[in-house]
Amino acid sequence: MGDNKKNNRNKIRNDIIFVAVLLFAAVVGILYLFVFRESGNTVKVTRGGELYGIYSLSEDITEDIHTVNGGLNRLVIKDGKAFVDSASCPDGICVAHPPVFRNGESIVCLPNKVVVTVISENDGDSPDIIA
Amino acid sequence: MKNKAKNVAFLGLCTALALILAYVELLLQPLFPTIPGIKMGLPNIIIIFLLYKRGAVPAIWVSFLRMVLVSILFGNVMAFSYSLAGGFLSMLVMIVLKRLNLMSEVGVSVAGGVCHNIGQILMAMLLLETVELGYYMVILTVTGTIAGVLVGLCGSMLIKHTKKSSKYC
Repeated sequence: MGDNKKNNRNKIRNDIIFVAVLLFAAVVGILYLFVFRESGNTVKVTRGGELYGIYSLSEDITEDIHTVNGGLNRLVIKDGKAFVDSASCPDGICVAHPPVFRNGESIVCLPNKVVVTVISENDGDSPDIIA
Repeated sequence: MKNKAKNVAFLGLCTALALILAYVELLLQPLFPTIPGIKMGLPNIIIIFLLYKRGAVPAIWVSFLRMVLVSILFGNVMAFSYSLAGGFLSMLVMIVLKRLNLMSEVGVSVAGGVCHNIGQILMAMLLLETVELGYYMVILTVTGTIAGVLVGLCGSMLIKHTKKSSKYC
């Protein structure tokens, strides 16, 4: 019985270590990806995995992206930030997504297979995102 | 024979419970409007419970049936492929971690929750042919860990309390 209790305590200790390590890793990831990331100057739009268009963040535009499945995502660039204003997808996750402007940030519409990513024109068109 | 019928009824009940928890989760979704794709993983309470009470095979079955039924009732084919990938990876990791016996139900549940996110994101990356989604992973790790702790606590309470009234399980 005493052994069992000790075993349980060890398990709970391991739980806490595991959770702490996960949270620490995530916080480091968030700091690296979101806080210390510089602003980008360009928005890249892909549709169904293929490049759809490239737009500058410095110009205010409204672009209707007609998707492969006949849907629609309206991309708006305003004040140097890009967001999806309206969309035909059922969940509306892309519309709810806050505006993106930092290098590598993206808005993804899974149902319509549309990905909007902020890039920096100077360092090539494919930033190192997962590093 | 009688035992088998009892077993079927019990697992059916668990599937129904997991299903209703998935529905409750769906209703609670508007509480977190700013974080896309976030879920609490409430059905995992039942999966954890089954994993510890009945072993891996019933847990896998209930988990699979739950995903099929949820997709038919509230989702679509795309959502099904995501949840299948997430569910498979999460199940695998939870079974292995339970065998290793290093952590309690809570740690196993956290690992399951985070792996569910990893599986879904990997599947979405594959289907969309994009790596940008890797971004969500860090946020989903935080939320998945917190949700996993809560789900694990619920699961372990359920396991503890059903020990006393072991008539049905």
